[in-house]
Amino acid sequence: MARVKLENVGLTYHTEAGEVTALRDVNLTVQDQEFVAIVGQSGCGKSTLLSLVSGLLKPTQGLVKIDGVTVQGTSKRVGYMLQQDYLFEWRTILDNALLGLEIGREKTQERVEEVKEMLKAYGLGGFEHYYPSQLSGGMRQRVALIRTLATKPDILLLDEPFSALDYQNRLSVGEEVVKILRERKKTVLMVTHDIPEAVSMANRVVVMTPRPGTIRSIHSIKMCDEGLTPLQTREVPEFRQYFGAIWKELNADAK
Amino acid sequence: MPNENYSAEHLAYLRSLRLKALLVRGTQLLLLVGIFVLWEVAASRGWINAFISSQPTRIWAAVVRLAKEGELWRHLGWTVYETVLGFSIGTAVGIAVAILLWWSAFFSKVMDPYIVVLNSVPKVALGPIFVVWLGTTITAVVAMAIAVSIIVAIMMMHTGFKEVDPNLIKLVRTFGGTKGQVLRKVIIPASVPTMIAALKVNVGLSLVGTIVGEFLASKAGLGYLIIYGGQVFNMSLVMASVLMLLVVSVILYYAVTLLEQRVMRGRA
Repeated sequence: MARVKLENVGLTYHTEAGEVTALRDVNLTVQDQEFVAIVGQSGCGKSTLLSLVSGLLKPTQGLVKIDGVTVQGTSKRVGYMLQQDYLFEWRTILDNALLGLEIGREKTQERVEEVKEMLKAYGLGGFEHYYPSQLSGGMRQRVALIRTLATKPDILLLDEPFSALDYQNRLSVGEEVVKILRERKKTVLMVTHDIPEAVSMANRVVVMTPRPGTIRSIHSIKMCDEGLTPLQTREVPEFRQYFGAIWKELNADAK
Repeated sequence: MPNENYSAEHLAYLRSLRLKALLVRGTQLLLLVGIFVLWEVAASRGWINAFISSQPTRIWAAVVRLAKEGELWRHLGWTVYETVLGFSIGTAVGIAVAILLWWSAFFSKVMDPYIVVLNSVPKVALGPIFVVWLGTTITAVVAMAIAVSIIVAIMMMHTGFKEVDPNLIKLVRTFGGTKGQVLRKVIIPASVPTMIAALKVNVGLSLVGTIVGEFLASKAGLGYLIIYGGQVFNMSLVMASVLMLLVVSVILYYAVTLLEQRVMRGRA
């Protein structure tokens, strides 16, 4: 079943210096519970693509559909994780995790309990009343994930969610996040410029061309379909082949 | 806290740190005492004219006399009252205008040259206007205090609002947050440190405005005492008032610092 569908999507924006076509002719379908990673050079419009799916931006051409309905604005069905955790330093961990519910005016006793349970389940029990500055980078990123999951979205948009972490944490937090998202049967659209990260996590990797960004190729990754975790995927021989093929494509565009 | 687990070397290091801090404090105190002693000796030996320069014992006598007459607290009270009033109104209106400027890019662009010009005008020059419009009343003094502090309050707050990380705003918008929610959940709480910084600057500026206001339009307050003392050539009264003004400004600044410590608890 198609969850997210982009039909001939393009985005042109205007500045005083001129008009810039960020995206053109993007056609992509993301199936239910699929994990799709988008790789491309900086400035190829991959983050813009997420903003279009989230409803923060409107396409200037084409249509963005979720479950067949054209996106008109932000929706509770879609959760968005940004490049850093962006926890509010003045709020406790619990209050940070409740931000989305508070904004959507859904902060009922029941939902608060659910969030508390999630904090406990993901190793943050007992930290509810701490402030973000007292937590490690990996823990903060988990809080950000819980904040996103708290509003119960079906579709998650991840915008380089591990780029602010150091290498060690990037792998272990990535492993955890993928496990959580699979358990909860989420449909995921992730943007990254880290090819190994994309190959290790996704069912399909979308390679984008430089600006104006459009889809160059789509690679189906069999390891994810077989249920391997990101760390296990990095161990199999085919991992290098996928990496090599995608790297060559990106490198060809870089010239 | 001394800890028995520390090595002898570390304890010696901590001792040297404390010693250095003590030395700084001691020298500061010595400098202050030295100035007053030198002043006193120079005046009583006739090296300087005590009628013009006054001297610490005479200043102290003036303070004691004012206190006995009950005038001390009246004047101090007026100045503190006017300053706090001017400071509170100036800050509150400043924040409100800054919010309007943040809310509407159009309004902000329209107001920009006016704010720049108003900021560069020496506000004390407006004093006589306030006196004519509002009379020699407390209102004129408070108006002066507000005039001196409000533009800086607006500019500091508006800059602070604009410097809030746009990603925090984007985060609220991804949850479907409205502009009002962005203001309440992000802009205001994220700007608390800026607000404290603005308060610190404003408390000093409001005091400047109050004293100038009292010079022009008052029958009470430290500014009035200073002008009055100068007119009757009572330099001890002038000096005593200036010293009390010093104390007032330190206390007001310290009050803001206390507020800062309370509000900033738990923040990084």
